[in-house]
Amino acid sequence: MSEPSTSQRRRPDEGGEPHDREEDREVGTTALASPDVDGVDEKQASLWGDAWAELRRKPFFWIGGVLAVFFLLMALFPALFARGADPRACSLSNSAQPPSGAHWFGFDQLGCDYQAQVVYGARNSLQIGFTGVIGLLVVGVVVGALAGYFGGWVDSLLARITDVFYALPLILGALILLRVGPEARIFGQPVPIISERGPGAIALALVFFGWMTAMRLVRSQVIAIKSSDYVAAARALGAGPMRILVRHILPNAVAPVIVYATITVGALIAAEAALTYLGVGLQRPNYSWGLQISDGQNLLRTAPHLVLIPSAVLSLTVMAFVMMGDALRDALDPRQRS
Amino acid sequence: MTSPVHGSGGSHAAGTRIDDAQATASPRTGAPVLEVDDLHVEFRSRGPVVNAVNGVSYSIAPGETMAILGESGCGKSVSAQAIMGILDVPPAHITGAIRFEGRDMLQMGAEEQRKIRGPGVSMIFQDALSALNPVYSVGDQIGEMFRAHQGASKKEARDRAVELMDRVRIPAARQRVDDYPHQFSGGMRQRVMIAMALALDPKVLIADEPTTALDVTVQAQVMDLLKDLQRDTGMGLILITHDLGVVNEVADRVAVMYAGKVVETGSIDDVFTRPAHPYTRGLMSSIPVLDGKGQRLNPIVGAPPSLARIPAGCSFHPRCPMARRGDGGRPDCAGDVPPLREVAAGRRAACHYSEELLHG
Repeated sequence: MSEPSTSQRRRPDEGGEPHDREEDREVGTTALASPDVDGVDEKQASLWGDAWAELRRKPFFWIGGVLAVFFLLMALFPALFARGADPRACSLSNSAQPPSGAHWFGFDQLGCDYQAQVVYGARNSLQIGFTGVIGLLVVGVVVGALAGYFGGWVDSLLARITDVFYALPLILGALILLRVGPEARIFGQPVPIISERGPGAIALALVFFGWMTAMRLVRSQVIAIKSSDYVAAARALGAGPMRILVRHILPNAVAPVIVYATITVGALIAAEAALTYLGVGLQRPNYSWGLQISDGQNLLRTAPHLVLIPSAVLSLTVMAFVMMGDALRDALDPRQRS
Repeated sequence: MTSPVHGSGGSHAAGTRIDDAQATASPRTGAPVLEVDDLHVEFRSRGPVVNAVNGVSYSIAPGETMAILGESGCGKSVSAQAIMGILDVPPAHITGAIRFEGRDMLQMGAEEQRKIRGPGVSMIFQDALSALNPVYSVGDQIGEMFRAHQGASKKEARDRAVELMDRVRIPAARQRVDDYPHQFSGGMRQRVMIAMALALDPKVLIADEPTTALDVTVQAQVMDLLKDLQRDTGMGLILITHDLGVVNEVADRVAVMYAGKVVETGSIDDVFTRPAHPYTRGLMSSIPVLDGKGQRLNPIVGAPPSLARIPAGCSFHPRCPMARRGDGGRPDCAGDVPPLREVAAGRRAACHYSEELLHG
C-alpha cells in the first residue's frame, strides 16, 4: 500500500483525492513558474513560517532588529562601545565639555567621558526592560490563563483583582512602591530586592503594576481558543485540564502576547527612565539614561548635549522594540496582509 | 489499495465477533458496551431553558454499527458530546445515565471519566481541520495519545504514530508524520483524526458526521476505512449523520431522532423499507429518486421546532400528516406524549398510530 519513499509528489494509489496537497502545490508552482517558490514553500507553511516569510520583507522589522541587537551588544559588552574610556575616570577640568572629535559625546558635569556613561547606562535599561517583561508575562500569562480557562467565579475574582490594579497608574504605583520600599519591614527585616533601589527593585515595581494588560490579553485568547474544536477533541480523547491548557491552548494564544511583550520592553525602558528622573529609580553610582537626563537638565542652557544624547539613545532603544513589535503584529495577523 | 492487514475474510470475522457477544449475554442489546439511558441535556443560560436532549436511550454492542439519524438541531450531536464530556457544565445540565461496561460515567469523578475517554470511548469530529491543533505536526498529535495515556517515550510515540497513519492508509506515512494539519487534504486530515481516535483501541467510536465536510468520492473512502477498521477491532461504532445514503450502506441499526428524542429505532432494513413513525416516513420520501426526474421532491412541511419551545404532546404533531384529535378514547397527538414502545419484533417507535403505518 505505501510505496516506500518515492518522492513526495503524486501518489496515484490514493485514487480520487482531487484536493490532495501535492496537487494543489503543483498547480501553484506551475502558475508561478519558479522552482524557488517550491523550495521556500516546503517547510514554511506553518504560522511561524508564514510570519517569518512576511517579516523578512518588512524594512521596519530590520531597522528595529538591527537597533535592538546593537543596544543589546552595548549592554553586554559596554567596553567595546566606550572607545576605551573608563566611565569612572573623571576630571573636573573637563566639566560639561561639548562633544569633540576625541570625545564624541563630550563630558558631563563631573568631567566624566559622556560616551562611556551613556554606553554603560544601556545595561541597566535593557536589564530592567527584559526582566520586567519576563516578570509581567509570567504573572499575566498564569493569571490570565487560569481566569480564561476555568471561568466562573475564578474568572470573576481574578478579573476584579486585575481591575483594582488597573485603577492605579503604572508610574504612580511604582513611584509609591519604590518610595516606601527601602523603609518597608517584614518581621522587622528589610524586604529583599525592594529595599535597595537597584534594577531589581525597579523591575519588580514595574511588574507589580504592569501585568494587567498581559493578563487581559491572555484571558481573552484563552476564552476564544477554549471553545475551538481541537480543544473539544483533546478533551474527548481524554486529555486533562492542565495538558489542554499547556499543550493546546497556550501555544495557540502566544502570538499576540509575543507582540505585546516586544512593544512593552520599550515601554518599560521608558518607564525606568521616568522613575529615575523622578528620583525614585536608580541612584548613583548606577548608570542610567534617566539619571543622566535628570542630572543634565540643570545645565540644559549651557550644555544641552547632556540631555539630548541620552534622550536620543533612549528614544532609539524604545523605538527599536516598538518597531519590531509592530512588524511582528502585522506578520502574525493574516488579516493585515495585503 | 487494500493491504494484507485489512484483507479478505473481514466480514466473517465480524460475524464471529457478534456471535460471541450474543453468546455470552442475552440477545440483541445484551452485553452492550455503551448504554445511554434516559439521557436529558438542558442548557440553562439567560433566556428560556433549551431542552436539547429529552430522554434518549440507546445501546451499542461490540462490533455493531448504529446510526443516529436526524435533522440539524435535533440533539444528535449534543447527546454524543454529553457522552464525551465536552459539554460545559453549566450551562449544560446532564441527567440520566451513560453506562460504559456497566458503570455510569455520570456518577464518576472527572479523573475516572478521563480514563475511559480515549481507550474506552473515542470520537471523531466533522471538520478535521478545526479539530486538529494547528501548531503541532500530525505525528505529535497522534503520538500524544500514547504519551498522555501510556507514558510512551517521544521516539516510541512517533513510531506508533507512523504505524497508525499506515493503518488508516495515509500514503508515505513516514515522510508525512512531521507535516502540519493544514498541509493535508480534507480526506487525509479526516484519516489523521481517525488515527488519533483509534490510537488506544477504543471499544466504542463515535463518529459525528465524519464525512459531511468531504466530497463524495472521499466520503466513500473514509466510510470504507471506518468499516474495515471496525471489522478489525470489533469496536462499536456510533455514526451520527443526516446522510441517509451513508446510513443505508454501513449501519446495522438506526435510531431516528426528532426534537431531542428518539422517535424510532430498529434494524436498518426495517426502518428504511417500512417506517413505523411518520417522521421517518417523511425523511424517506424526501430522498430524491434517480428515475423520478422531473417530479417534485416531497419535503416534510414546516420546520423543526425550537428546542426552547417544544410542542406539547408528540413533538412532531404540528408537521405530521397523520396527527389527529383525541376523541372516542383515541390518544390525542397534541396532548398525549407517545412513549417509545415496541411496535414489532426488535422495533420501537414513539407514535400513537405506528400500527396504522405498519399495517394499514
